[in-house]
Amino acid sequence: MNNPKTLTFAFMDPPFESERTVTFFRLLDAALERGASLRVFAYEGAVALAFARQSPHGNAVHGRDAAEEDHPLTREWIRALQEKAAAKTLSFEWINCGLCVDERGVNEVIDGCGRGGPPDLWRYASDAFNTLTIGTR
Amino acid sequence: MKVLQVIDQAFRTTVEEQDDTILWLTRSMRGAGGDLQVLLSGHGVHYAVLSQRQPPLELGNWKQSQPAELLRDLTDLTESGVPIFVVREDLEERGLANLPLQAGVELVSQTGLVDLYQQADQIWQW
Repeated sequence: MNNPKTLTFAFMDPPFESERTVTFFRLLDAALERGASLRVFAYEGAVALAFARQSPHGNAVHGRDAAEEDHPLTREWIRALQEKAAAKTLSFEWINCGLCVDERGVNEVIDGCGRGGPPDLWRYASDAFNTLTIGTR
Repeated sequence: MKVLQVIDQAFRTTVEEQDDTILWLTRSMRGAGGDLQVLLSGHGVHYAVLSQRQPPLELGNWKQSQPAELLRDLTDLTESGVPIFVVREDLEERGLANLPLQAGVELVSQTGLVDLYQQADQIWQW
């Protein structure tokens, strides 16, 4: 039976390439704010969003060192949303497409993000009130 | 060698990168001695009429501390000797033609693009 308070998102874009990535994260934040539990299936380039080795860097053109630049990292955005969900006693699940991970070598992911495949997306979608797919362009 | 950098997309990854990546690339290559020009066309013309800094992104308890400052980046580019041009007709199509242009940004007509392209050795379309 579909859970009226659970939404599934399938996302394909990688970090640092498209404004769709930011919009996707803002949608997740807004959904949590409205009390929805979330399940995310990261497909193709989106599997790099949770890559644990993302590192901040300074920016000489901006004239700022690494601490001052405080560069955004999507793994930190995921962490912030995990914490927001926990504070609201909502669930926040994240599964990366395993084959997509292997293709890109981004096997090391932050805690709370797992490895799976299309059957997980089907399971997520079957159990959710609705599913939003955001494909790459 | 003179290169014309054509930017026809605006706000592409400006939140995550905290700048426009092609403006950044241009500034960095200028610092390395590059002879560069920038042409803002299509949606890129929005950069020519910006009036405020991008607001910081907030997700849960995470808040951005250094959102993009495209106004500063454009000023830094022109002050470093990189001319910036914007296509008049592309501003008009978007209803932006009556807004004040960023200091240092020069208007060019679609017919003027021929001369602009011809005086460059290479055109890099981003």
